[in-house]
Amino acid sequence: MATRLKDATAIVGIGQTPFARQLPSSEKTLACRAILDALDDAGIPPSQVDAFASYTMEETDEVEVAKAIGAGDVTFFAKAGYGGGGSCATVAHLAMAVATGQAHVGVAWRSRKRGSGPRPWRDTRAQLPTPAQWTRPYGLLRPADEIAMLARRYMHTYGATRDHFFNVALACRNRANQNPAAIMYERPLTREMYMTSRWISEPLCLFDNCLETDGALACVVVSAERARDCRRRPVYVHSAAQGLPAQHHGMVNYWNEDPLTGPAWTAGRHLWKNADLGPHDVDVAQIYDAFTALVPLSLEGYGFCGRGEGAAFTEGGALELGGRLPLNTAGGGLSEAYVHGFNLINEGVRQLRGTSTAQVPDAATCLVTAGEGVPTSALLLRS
Amino acid sequence: MPSIMRGTTDNGPGDRRPGPLLPEADDDGAPFWEFAARGELRVQTCADCREPRFPPRPCCPNCRSFTAVWHRMSGRGRIWSYVLPHPPLLPFYAGLTPYNVALVELADAPRIRLVGNVVAAPGAPVDSVDPALLRIGAPVRVTFDELAEGVTVPRWLLERP
Repeated sequence: MATRLKDATAIVGIGQTPFARQLPSSEKTLACRAILDALDDAGIPPSQVDAFASYTMEETDEVEVAKAIGAGDVTFFAKAGYGGGGSCATVAHLAMAVATGQAHVGVAWRSRKRGSGPRPWRDTRAQLPTPAQWTRPYGLLRPADEIAMLARRYMHTYGATRDHFFNVALACRNRANQNPAAIMYERPLTREMYMTSRWISEPLCLFDNCLETDGALACVVVSAERARDCRRRPVYVHSAAQGLPAQHHGMVNYWNEDPLTGPAWTAGRHLWKNADLGPHDVDVAQIYDAFTALVPLSLEGYGFCGRGEGAAFTEGGALELGGRLPLNTAGGGLSEAYVHGFNLINEGVRQLRGTSTAQVPDAATCLVTAGEGVPTSALLLRS
Repeated sequence: MPSIMRGTTDNGPGDRRPGPLLPEADDDGAPFWEFAARGELRVQTCADCREPRFPPRPCCPNCRSFTAVWHRMSGRGRIWSYVLPHPPLLPFYAGLTPYNVALVELADAPRIRLVGNVVAAPGAPVDSVDPALLRIGAPVRVTFDELAEGVTVPRWLLERP
């Protein structure tokens, strides 16, 4: 019988640097600080680390990190692709490596000076999953433009409005206002601010777009058995999934039967198939929010509601504390920090430890998702 | 050089030329651009099972044949969605805002939706149509515009402006 992933491993340490629009340290320094912070949180010496996982877009490689933190002999290292689609996959790859005996102490991390650095879409030579010859000559230049195209169609087809996207932005901002580590800690958002803000790509406005942040985060994955001896209460990886749907085209998913059905559906089906729990058992969700419009799509894809019901799901304070599904309780990419979604993983761990600044009472299960609209990944965590 | 480019220092690392980004064809996509330069909108189609596919790729996901033909489209379609980009943008495009970028569903192959711009007349700029005239479902027909010598892209005209 195949080795089972369910509850076989746990996240036992989380670490992060401060978040800011600009930090003076290098990405390599930030990576090392976040990783050492996570190992200290776990109570595991860096010399015991034997596995690493990060994103293909991560600029600091395993060699640099391992020699700087004084890791031991490393027997597993992996990188997940597609930008923010890879966030949860880093933990999933470590969980698989630990569960199958390829390694014992895994570190996943992301360090990024997105606030200081150039905007990635400015590099017109960068290779995209789908060749840019079909989009960029027409001025479809940025992820915001590519997702806005799907967002307008979603609004047209399912009756979603800007108020629905505002519900997402507001829930994230309200949680950030409770989180001293969040970039938007002291900056409330109002409906008037949202409705009168400048456009980025109509129908998406400034507040539909994530922050641009410098910062780094990391977490530590070990076996469930080892986790019982660590400093903190273990947070188990109950289920994990990646998703690349048939005939999917990345953020320009324009050339199949239903462009609005994205990777969340594929990852969601696999996630629940291998879980003892279903969407109705989820106490709190950390859903990737590079753009507000991705959240209604993800709510549908991960099965919290039916096709086309994601926008309506956000009504009546559903995403706020005390609502049906408290969302992005540290503020998410929209209002805490945008570090390719790794902050969503760490916040999921805090919720299940009971240490969030916006704690959901007795939270025992948390869904964490990576970017919708690109080949993606997801984790179902439990305490 | 367009006036908006003069004196700008806002160039990203890849923004090398003072004008629109030109399509950089790969092996699979090259025929599309060669036909466009002749004023023909053609889509890669499996020579065996006749299934059209886009973007072009080496083999047919339906029957795995490596033999393809380029099938001429009528040039008619409907707007499936559209956006109006605003700054920050690459400098050339920032000077055109608000321009439109539309996704046009081809009448002959509904799963194929081409990214493009709706313009007021053949050769007109991408900011030549009042955005208020754009709507999802609006019928359009193709026209062609030479962006640079030998480089031609399809553009779209509203059937009922």
